[in-house]
Amino acid sequence: MGEFKVHRVRFFNYVPSGIRCVAYNNQSNRLAVSRTDGTVEIYNLSANYFQEKFFPGHESRATEALCWAKGQRLFSAGLNGEIIEYDLQALNIKYAMDAFGGPIWSMAASPSGSQLLVGCEDGSVKLFQITPGKIQFERNFDRQKRSAIHKMLVDRQYMGVSKRKCIIWGVAFLSDGTVISVDSAGKVQFWDSATGTLVKNHLIANADVQSIAVSDQEDSFVVGTAEGTVFHFQLVSVTSNSSEKQWVRTKPFQHHTHDVRAVAHSPTALISGGTDTHLVIRPLMEKVEVKNYDAALRKITFPHRRLISCSKKKQLLLFQFAHHLELWQLGSTVATGKNGDTLPLSKDADHLLHLKTKGPENIICSCISPCGSWIAYSTASRFFLYRLSYERDNISLQRVSKMPAFLRSALQILFSEDSAKLFVASNQGSLHIIRLLEGSFKHLHTFQPQSGTVESMCLLAVSPDGNWLAASGTSAGVHVYNVKNLKLHCTVPAYNFPVTALAIAPSTNNLVIAHSDQQVFEYSIPDKQYTEWSRTIQKQGFHHLWLQRDTPITHISFHLKRPMHILLHDAYMFCIIDKSLPLPNDKTLLYNPLPPKNESDVIRRRTAHAFKISKIYKPLLFMDLLDERTLVAVERPLDDIIAQLPPPIKKKKFGT
Amino acid sequence: MVEQERVRVVRCGGSELNFRRAVFSADSKYGATRRCRPGRGWSLPGAAGKNCQARRDSLGGGSWLGKGCMRAPPGTRDGAGVCVLCEEGDTPQARGTAPWGARPLPRLSPAGRLRGPGGRAHVSRIGWALGRLEDGPGVDVYATAVALPRGPSFFRTESYIFCVSGDFVKVYSTATEECVHILQGHRNLVTGIQLNPNNHLQLYSCSFDGTIKLWDYVDGILIKTFIVGHKLHALFTVARAEDSVFVTINKEKPDIFQLVSVKLPKSSSQEIESKELSFVLDYINQSPKYIAFGNEGEYVAAVRDFYLSVYFFKKKTTSRFTLSSSRNKKHAKNNFTCVACHPKEDCIATGHKDGKIRLWRNFDDDKKYTYTCLHWHHDMVMDLAFSVTGTSLLSGGRESVLVEWRDAAEKNKEFLPRLGATIEHISVSPAGDLFCTSHSDNKIIVIHRNLEASAVIQGLVKDSNIFTGLMIDPRTKALVLNGKPGHLQFYSLQSDKQLYNLDIVQQEYINDYGLIQIELTKAAFGCYGNWLATVEQRQEKETELELQMKLWMYNKKTQGFVLNTKVNMPHEDHITALCFCNAEKSENPTLVTASKDGHFKVWILTDDSDIYKKAVGWTCDFVGSYHKYQATNCCFSEDGSLLAVSFEEIVTIWDSETWELKCTFCQRAGKIRHLCFGRLTCSKYLLGATENGILCCWNLLSCALEWSAKLNVRVMEPDLNSENIAAISHSSMGSDLFVFKPSEPRPLYIQKNISREEVQWGVFVPRDVPESFTSEAYQWLNRSQFYFLTKSQSLLTLSTKSPEEKLTPTSKQLLAEESLPTTPFYFILGKHRQQQDEKLNAALENELVQLPLTENIPAISELLHTPAHVLPSASFLCSMFVNSLLLSKESKSAEEIPDDVDMEEEKERDDSDEENDFTEKVQDTDNTDLGEDIIHQLSKSEEKELRKFRKVDYSWITAL
Repeated sequence: MGEFKVHRVRFFNYVPSGIRCVAYNNQSNRLAVSRTDGTVEIYNLSANYFQEKFFPGHESRATEALCWAKGQRLFSAGLNGEIIEYDLQALNIKYAMDAFGGPIWSMAASPSGSQLLVGCEDGSVKLFQITPGKIQFERNFDRQKRSAIHKMLVDRQYMGVSKRKCIIWGVAFLSDGTVISVDSAGKVQFWDSATGTLVKNHLIANADVQSIAVSDQEDSFVVGTAEGTVFHFQLVSVTSNSSEKQWVRTKPFQHHTHDVRAVAHSPTALISGGTDTHLVIRPLMEKVEVKNYDAALRKITFPHRRLISCSKKKQLLLFQFAHHLELWQLGSTVATGKNGDTLPLSKDADHLLHLKTKGPENIICSCISPCGSWIAYSTASRFFLYRLSYERDNISLQRVSKMPAFLRSALQILFSEDSAKLFVASNQGSLHIIRLLEGSFKHLHTFQPQSGTVESMCLLAVSPDGNWLAASGTSAGVHVYNVKNLKLHCTVPAYNFPVTALAIAPSTNNLVIAHSDQQVFEYSIPDKQYTEWSRTIQKQGFHHLWLQRDTPITHISFHLKRPMHILLHDAYMFCIIDKSLPLPNDKTLLYNPLPPKNESDVIRRRTAHAFKISKIYKPLLFMDLLDERTLVAVERPLDDIIAQLPPPIKKKKFGT
Repeated sequence: MVEQERVRVVRCGGSELNFRRAVFSADSKYGATRRCRPGRGWSLPGAAGKNCQARRDSLGGGSWLGKGCMRAPPGTRDGAGVCVLCEEGDTPQARGTAPWGARPLPRLSPAGRLRGPGGRAHVSRIGWALGRLEDGPGVDVYATAVALPRGPSFFRTESYIFCVSGDFVKVYSTATEECVHILQGHRNLVTGIQLNPNNHLQLYSCSFDGTIKLWDYVDGILIKTFIVGHKLHALFTVARAEDSVFVTINKEKPDIFQLVSVKLPKSSSQEIESKELSFVLDYINQSPKYIAFGNEGEYVAAVRDFYLSVYFFKKKTTSRFTLSSSRNKKHAKNNFTCVACHPKEDCIATGHKDGKIRLWRNFDDDKKYTYTCLHWHHDMVMDLAFSVTGTSLLSGGRESVLVEWRDAAEKNKEFLPRLGATIEHISVSPAGDLFCTSHSDNKIIVIHRNLEASAVIQGLVKDSNIFTGLMIDPRTKALVLNGKPGHLQFYSLQSDKQLYNLDIVQQEYINDYGLIQIELTKAAFGCYGNWLATVEQRQEKETELELQMKLWMYNKKTQGFVLNTKVNMPHEDHITALCFCNAEKSENPTLVTASKDGHFKVWILTDDSDIYKKAVGWTCDFVGSYHKYQATNCCFSEDGSLLAVSFEEIVTIWDSETWELKCTFCQRAGKIRHLCFGRLTCSKYLLGATENGILCCWNLLSCALEWSAKLNVRVMEPDLNSENIAAISHSSMGSDLFVFKPSEPRPLYIQKNISREEVQWGVFVPRDVPESFTSEAYQWLNRSQFYFLTKSQSLLTLSTKSPEEKLTPTSKQLLAEESLPTTPFYFILGKHRQQQDEKLNAALENELVQLPLTENIPAISELLHTPAHVLPSASFLCSMFVNSLLLSKESKSAEEIPDDVDMEEEKERDDSDEENDFTEKVQDTDNTDLGEDIIHQLSKSEEKELRKFRKVDYSWITAL
């Protein structure tokens, strides 16, 4: 194993933006989540809740409504008055269409999925027909004055004071004619749509009830309140031998600290998200057949991709934010100490650069070259490349202009180990190779996607010798290209679960692939087959605790001097897989704390297994080897995120 | 009467005895005559020699702990009287020989029982009945107050509340809060009561004695007894199962209980064996709170630890639900504490230790079950009850707040706060108009549907510690002791009710575990109930003592005590004793406090600084000490002339006028624990009991030890009405009662083993109506009753009456009045009928001459209320009776009338006075069973009647 000096970085001030809408698609078991900065993320619930796609945000496109329609087509509408359809394959916006009704506040698809209704600021409701390629305006329902069939008036009572207006935040229309409304007075009300009368009233919160979602069977629904509580309502029979049923509030869940802005109800779980930026997936125990990995509560806070890149030579870290990049020089120390000691810094970490993007678009990806003299980033419409030059303490930045036309946007950017080549995965599914020269560049080659597929590549890995490039999309297998010959070398057989991280080992050129179901494969590129170790571990199977981790592996790296080691991490642990040691079986202890000091070597060797796991640093956003004996770990404590959020609704806590 | 006959001995010289003044009173009724010997003190004629003899006896190693032992034979709880059994092979005669042993016994009945010829004495129990008096001698245990295994249970018309207390079931009226019946018949603790679901005039009860009894509670009659054989822990009835009930029994292991259904066979006989048990549920909790039947008996829910088990009778299946986080330490407090079932829906409510209430639904499906949480209580939920319609759920716990959850919604709840003590049980009346909560302080509160407390049935408040001891309020004759925290309770022994609470500490009580509260430690009444002194203390650390003495004056207008003087830190250390000078002559109320700081202080009432001199207050008058010893006890002599203060082992006698130290007594037998002066004829004696188990009696005239006895005295109480002093000793065997006169070293009465536990306090309560035990042994009970309180806070007394006899006649009348429920029909029909009646009456009035109301004629009422066998012959009375029914002659002369009326009135007044006397005497004689006096007395009244009779005007006859 060896000991490492660890740079424990906590100055990455990343704050995810709050969740605004959540939409669940039953057909593909996918969840679309839109955030307040306009980002739309797609989670694959079948693949261990992996965030497989995302659409970058845009300052003017505040999403207010999100819905799936016509199978797996995703629409969103927002305050700029546009209805947007997303292209889930090419990962870009298919089209945006103005509804001409001012800001759009709500949107719903008809049960058949062929029609789309939007509610606009001017009070009109507009009906759109969904055509195969586009949507088409069909009707406009203006504000009704007289001809409304029923007017259901909610009482304005707001905790005894009727000063404030009562706002209906959400309604649900059940097939039996029941209308459920949630409002700002904390009420959940059941109405009979035939008569327009109030049937039942549940006062559940002192603050607003902001969201409601009904299950497909219409036997349960979920509401979210501004106090951060999610309530589950169920339709239960009054007595076991009668057919009469009633809606009963069953379980409250308090997983949020702030407003629950959006809820969704999947067949097996309640999904909620809100201002506190967590996406919480609470499985319903009675719906889960076996107690397994799926039955556990999930809280997704951080994106399942890297926001940090690192220049090993210059010890630089590049942090990616929504609208800017930060470049930091790591601190250094001359002191030495024992295991567990905190070493004093002789030189503090230095904030070298703050690079703001131009335009309203969010940054999709960014990268710093290993030599530290190049920075590249991309937004949805533009690609930027900068050359950095260091003169003692000064740093000068020079933009490389005249980017070629095809380099409009990138999903992933990667520099080769010698910083001479730049690999860009564009959202058309093509891979560009660019040779970097002093102050300029030269386009070398473009690997076009295979005919018929439009799937974009999201992950790239290059071998340290620069010969091999591996690229992976969201679902298909990993393609390995030979950079020298500029040819597709081979394709790793497709696996059911999406790839979360890729890396090619030095010297052996083994490709290590981590999947969202926590499997790790090792594929020998020269041999075009899985390595012996990979076959062994597949035969024996991973430890059950390893498979039960709930965050995907986001980064894989290697130790230059120890070819048998694979370094990888997820948000809650850092692991070194020592391929020379025996694999653990289900009976052995997976999470071994620090190795015992005073035990004899024999026992240590007997209990030792291939997985060396450290859980000291969490939540861990990035971890990499700087050199043989130095690690850098970037943490983002949750308390720091909460401290930057607006204060939650004050609640009296008993005993305080 | 007694007062007039007292011989008062005032001042008997005797300077060598250090007496300056002595006041004693004698009661001629008891035949002790006293004579003053001028110039030489005084003594009882012929007493000296006897005393000396006794003293020698006692010093010669005599002990009160004789071999004799009185014990109740098991199962004799029929109230037959004192049962004295000799030990096997020991003859009663043999036991009478020891001077301090048991007295020679009169006769031993063949059954081995002794029945006192005149009166019967048995220990009767007054307090809460949580523990049981296991085998007191000749005891008949009854408990007045409320200890309810399953809370009170209601009658359909909501007229009655039933509650279990000890071996009895008490029937209370909800309207008047009176106890109307005591259902007695069980021979062990009653554990469950349920109304017969098929006949709401009947009540089932089950007991540890293995029987289920069916009662007609309206008349208080036992209908049937079903003998089950097992120890029954709880009882449940279900309307659907007509001929069977459910009981909890434990079969093998002590901790494992089973719910079984018992078939009750139909039979005409009184006692029926019903051994047909069928098993329902295993591994349940014994308390009935942990079991509930739902949906008209379709299923039964039982909880224990972390499990909820539901048994469905139709499907014959059991579902078991475990709280998932039960193993988790963080949630270790979610044990189930109680369960209730919704009356209409399939919904089970369970209470938990962490204060949560869970509402379970869909529990017929092991997988799809779901529950809702309601959380308001911060401590354990003690009981839950659904309202009759199921729209609201009631819950209660240690917060002493009744919470009503409406529509099972968390936000929709109502509170009834400040109920005083932990809610132990909640019960809902069958019609749903009333709720009822029972509390840990021995109280039942009847609450209206709109959450307003309508009636409180308060027994003796149970407090964790009784510091003040038992006192008698001289005005109300109520028993006074620590009540609610920081309160004094006034408890009427006659009506077995709390009269009122006096808030002494006057601070909000915060119910929190581990909080050190202000404790009311001492209280004393003085000056015939005009003054009350209380001491409260709070000690958080060793050095931080907060002490406060308060003096309360009785206000005649408000009929209550008003705070007069508050003294902060009256002493430097704990106050150990407090006593008023209760002498009749003393012009100034005087109070003495003794403290551990080595001082005793005398407080007197003085004019305050008020310019009108109207306000009075208490100030310290004198501070006394003795060699820096801790003052442990203080006591005034009966006439108030002497004050005895004990300083650890030494007793000092002080003159109460000059506060001079007169003499000291020291026996070197340990610290003095109790100190009291003798009374009446024995007022020359001072008694002290030490910690080393020596009881000493000093003669104040000779300043010498009169006698001493080896007795580990825990309680020593003088009787205010006689010379008797009661002492209760404690040993590992139990507590023994000794009654003695200070003048005689031989005890008057010994009752061994009155209680197995230690007796902490005792008091003599003067009787309103003297009893007349002719037996020598019980004569000490004639004028006072002795009450004592054991460590587990059972208030016990020696009494003769059975509980049923104790019921006042008024409460029985109540029973008769409450015949019909006031239904809406009653209001419609009843009004109609009333109107009809009125009409009829009006018509009658027109037609007939109104007859005189018979009730108002004293002659008739007297005639009707006098027992037949004491009346003169019918022929003699006939004319008088007829005469009284006749209309008096219309007055002819207007002048005569006023005089006549006056005279009549006067006479009537006389009559009425005498009537009162008369009835009193009748009662007297009834009790004495002595026939001779009655005739004599009745003839007196008869004479009165006759006198009146003669005065009646017969002139109307001539007019005919």
